[in-house]
Amino acid sequence: MDKTVDNLAAAVSLIDDGSTVMIGGFGGSGAPIELIHALIDQRTKELTIVNNNAGNGDVGLAAMIREGMVTKLICSFPRSADPRAFTDLYLANKIELEIVPQGTLAERIRSGGAGIPAFYTPTGFGTEIANGKPVKEFDGKSYVEERWLKADFALIKAELGDPLGNLTFRMAARNFNPLMAMSAHHTIAQVSKVVPVGKINPEQIVTPGIFVQQIVEVLNPAQEEDLNQCKTYYPEVVN
Amino acid sequence: MERLNEIKLKNAQIAWRAAQDIEEGSYVNLGIGFPEMIAQYQPEGRDVIYHTENGILGFGGAPTKGQEDWDLINAGKKAVTIKPGSAFFHHADSFAMVRGGHLDLAVLGAYQVAENGDLANWSTGKGGVPAVGGAMDLVHGAKRVAVVTDHITKDGKAKLLNRCTMPLTGVECVTRVYTSLAVIDIKDKQFLLREKLATVSFDEPQTVTGAKLSTGKHVIDLSVPDL
Repeated sequence: MDKTVDNLAAAVSLIDDGSTVMIGGFGGSGAPIELIHALIDQRTKELTIVNNNAGNGDVGLAAMIREGMVTKLICSFPRSADPRAFTDLYLANKIELEIVPQGTLAERIRSGGAGIPAFYTPTGFGTEIANGKPVKEFDGKSYVEERWLKADFALIKAELGDPLGNLTFRMAARNFNPLMAMSAHHTIAQVSKVVPVGKINPEQIVTPGIFVQQIVEVLNPAQEEDLNQCKTYYPEVVN
Repeated sequence: MERLNEIKLKNAQIAWRAAQDIEEGSYVNLGIGFPEMIAQYQPEGRDVIYHTENGILGFGGAPTKGQEDWDLINAGKKAVTIKPGSAFFHHADSFAMVRGGHLDLAVLGAYQVAENGDLANWSTGKGGVPAVGGAMDLVHGAKRVAVVTDHITKDGKAKLLNRCTMPLTGVECVTRVYTSLAVIDIKDKQFLLREKLATVSFDEPQTVTGAKLSTGKHVIDLSVPDL
C-alpha cells in the first residue's frame, strides 16, 4: 500500500465542483496552504468549506473565497487581522455563512467520523444558535441537539507521514486536522516529510492511516502569517 | 459620569484584580483580548495552568520579536511559548476539557451581563459579521465563569442590566464581574456589590448600573496598584 501522490495538482484533482471540503487549521497554524493553492489553481467552484475561520489576507482560504470558489462557509469565527475577502462577499450576500460554536464544530466533525449522527451539548442553550434545534433535559439541565458534520474531502496538514497514511502533527498545528481526517470521505494530507513505513514510532502516531487516503510531501511549508507579513497575493497577478 | 470616567480603573488594573482571585493549581481559560492581560498579573509563586482552546495546556508568554513560531499560538492567534509540562491536543479533546467541567475558571469579556448571570459577548445583533469562537462552550463548561469589563460602555450606557438586549452567549452562567468601579457577585439572580473603589460612594455604582445593585454590610474597598 502506498498513499503518496507525486504532486499537489494530482492530490486535489479528484475534488469536483459542488463538493463539501473540510480544511484543517486554526488561523494559519495547521492550515494546508499549498493544498489550498493547488485547489485555487484548479478553479473548482461552488464549494462548501468547513474551517474554524474565514481566511486572513490574500492567501490560502481567504484567496479561495476572494476568487469566488466558495458558496457556503461553515465556521466558528469569520474574523481575522485582515478578513476583507470574506467580509466583502458576506455583506454583499454573495456567500452563505453557518456560524457554529467552536467546540460544537469540533464535536460535529468528530461525530461525523465516529458514526454518531447527533449528540447533546450544553453549548448554545438559550441562545439563537439553538433556534429550531431539539432541546432535551438530562439530570435537570438542558442540552441542545446537534448533528454530525461530514464532508466529501478533507485537506489537512501534518508533520510526518508514511506511505500508509500514518500522521504526526507539529505543536498546536494539530487542532482540527485529526478530526477532519476522520470525518471526510476522502482525506488528503500534506506532510512536511514523508518517511518510510515503520519509521514513525506507533506510540507517536496521532492519526492512524485508516483515516487518510492520500499524502503529498510539501517540504518547508509556508505559514499564512509569514506570507501575509510579506503581503503575498495568491494567485500571483501576471502582467 | 465624567467624574466616574476620571477615577475608574484601567483595564490593566481590572485584570490585576481578577488575577488575585485565581487559586493555586487552577486550570484557567482567558478569553481573547482584554482577559488575556490577567496572566501578566498572576501573583508570584502561584501555579496556574492556562488552557487555550486551539490546543495547548500550560503555555507561557509571548516570545521575543522575531522568535515567533506560527504553529505555537493562542486562541487570539498571538504567538506564545511553551513551558516545561505543556501539552498539545486536538480540538475534540480541547473542548472535552471545556464542556466536561475540567476547567476551574474561564474569564471572558462582555458587551452586557444580566443580573441572572446571562452573558452577551459575541454579537451586537446589529448586523455585520457574527463570530462566536469558543465563548459559548466556555460559559457552560468551566466550573466558574467570571467577566472583566468596563462598568459602562464608551457612550455611557450601563453594561450590567436586568436583561441583556444583545444576543446571548450563555444563560445564567456568570457568577462574578470585575468592573472598572467594583467587584460584583451574581447570586440568586441579583447583583451583589462586594468591593467598590474607595473614591466612589455607595450610591454611585448604582447610578451607572441597569439593575438593582444589592449592598450588604460587607462591601470593602476595591484597592489595586497603579499600573
